[in-house]
Amino acid sequence: MNTIESGNVAAAMAVKLARAEVIAAYPITPQTPLTEKLSEMIDRGELDAEYVAVESEHSALAVCIGAASAGVRPFTATSANGLLYMSEQVHWAAGARLPLVMCVVNRGVGAPWTVWNDHQDAISQRDAGWIQLFVKDHQEIMDTTLKAFRLAEEVSIPVMVCYDGYYLSHTYMPFDAPEQERVDRFLPPFHYAHTLDPSHPENLNSVTMPDTRTDVHGETAPSYMDIRHNLHREMVQAIDRLEAIDAAFRELFGRGGHPLMEPWRCDDAEFVIVAMGTLANQFRDVVERLREQDGIRAGVLAIHLYRPFPNDRVQAALAGVRGVLVYEKALSYGNQGPLYGDVRSALYDCEPRPAVENFIVGLGGAGIRTGELYRTARQACLEIGRQETPDDAPHWVGLGV
Amino acid sequence: MSDPIIEIRWHGRGGQGAITAAKIVAEAAFRSGYGGAMMAPTFGTERRGAPVHTSLKIAHHRITDLSPIETPDIVVVLDHMIMGEVDVTAGLKPGGLLVLNTPRPLQRCLHPDYRVAVAPVNEIAEQAGLRRGIVNSGIIGAFGRASGLIELAVLTDCIEREFSGKRPRENAEAARLAWERTEVGSMPKPVAAAAR
Repeated sequence: MNTIESGNVAAAMAVKLARAEVIAAYPITPQTPLTEKLSEMIDRGELDAEYVAVESEHSALAVCIGAASAGVRPFTATSANGLLYMSEQVHWAAGARLPLVMCVVNRGVGAPWTVWNDHQDAISQRDAGWIQLFVKDHQEIMDTTLKAFRLAEEVSIPVMVCYDGYYLSHTYMPFDAPEQERVDRFLPPFHYAHTLDPSHPENLNSVTMPDTRTDVHGETAPSYMDIRHNLHREMVQAIDRLEAIDAAFRELFGRGGHPLMEPWRCDDAEFVIVAMGTLANQFRDVVERLREQDGIRAGVLAIHLYRPFPNDRVQAALAGVRGVLVYEKALSYGNQGPLYGDVRSALYDCEPRPAVENFIVGLGGAGIRTGELYRTARQACLEIGRQETPDDAPHWVGLGV
Repeated sequence: MSDPIIEIRWHGRGGQGAITAAKIVAEAAFRSGYGGAMMAPTFGTERRGAPVHTSLKIAHHRITDLSPIETPDIVVVLDHMIMGEVDVTAGLKPGGLLVLNTPRPLQRCLHPDYRVAVAPVNEIAEQAGLRRGIVNSGIIGAFGRASGLIELAVLTDCIEREFSGKRPRENAEAARLAWERTEVGSMPKPVAAAAR
């Protein structure tokens, strides 16, 4: 069914279609309308779930951890400082291998206080062991959230679905909400391999020794590092699983095909812009202009799967181009943009190695003007690789002072 | 990039319903065959009574640029008094359209650079049986008549759906009355000096 609604409502509709059974969330701008919508759905009896009104984000994720451990499908969502407040549980959920889904409605992190969009909140949790997906429009919020539940439950790794605050959360655009019956075929009922069972008591995630040892059953128990190694290995394997899930989704719903990253006009491109979220879509108009007005063969590569990072696919997508321009809304302070570091690292083995430039835009909702993106991208395409000493410091776009 | 995007900026005061009005028009545009309809409110630390605005873009193709409108084709103003506080016509394209809720006669609102449409929406809303100050349904009628982009029946249908449970018929009636009473005009062009 086609509808026009806000991105937060698209997310709530996806969570309803996924038949989440426990919602625990603490309101924070710009996530608030998502959780309000879910509580309305529960109140009206449209969603058969329990809404747990918690006193903090830390508790919100703790409730979801408890719910998943007890064998029911949970959901939570947050933004910015709320995500940071739950950070301890974010790491715990990944280490405990709990199949959770959380929407992160991306917002800049205080101080200074801001309610507007950038990606620093999700990026700050990059190394927590969660799968991180970034989406570009409402259809992707809907479809990716549904895929995220299946992925989390297949690989027992929690998934963040990240979408831009305001640009998507509060913007209205058309999207298709699939039928419940087909979603049910795509997403089987929740199953967690280690559901707590009072008749079979056991210890979970208690103090784990630095080295392997013999457990109470006389079997060799893995060490902390063994367990963490498994998480890493299965994170990497999740790349293939996501592709398979996307293929299954496509067969049922006729949408998808770019689960890891989406190239646009990249086939003959000499220069490729790399970005995440709505910024990647905004670059489509820029690419058109570069091609039509300047004869610059440009394309844009939208990264959807940020963690695990699909290194070999990124390398394959960018090998042979002259220049790569990485635009991002986050920073590793004192160094560079995190996505830039990832892309450059993925391209290190390419021969010849494309030149890579880094641009920081839109922190704390700083206006991202399409004309300014065009001017900076055009200049970079004309100058890239010609500097005497390539400079890997980021360029800032849109500074006021 | 096949056909142009029609950019419409809505100005009102917090609580006046400019965002709801733009959302209703987005829905109506989508149902009238504009596959790309996108409405992005500009948020700050909003409060009742403070000036707010929202961007509505409609096109026959998918819209991927979600940035705020800088050069609108149409500007809609829910409260003409706001024009003393906000430069509502900033960036309005030459030959564009300004739609005003105002009790002033059209002649006093004309402008050399763009077409102007006026309707006394406050008065119309009360006539339609709405509470004083409810203007966001009436202004849709004025916008519809002046822009010619969407049929009245589609607009009133979308209004009734949006306001279901909140005087849907009166709100649709306000739009209908405003459609009828909207006047549109341009300032006459000065006589060409080159006529010798």
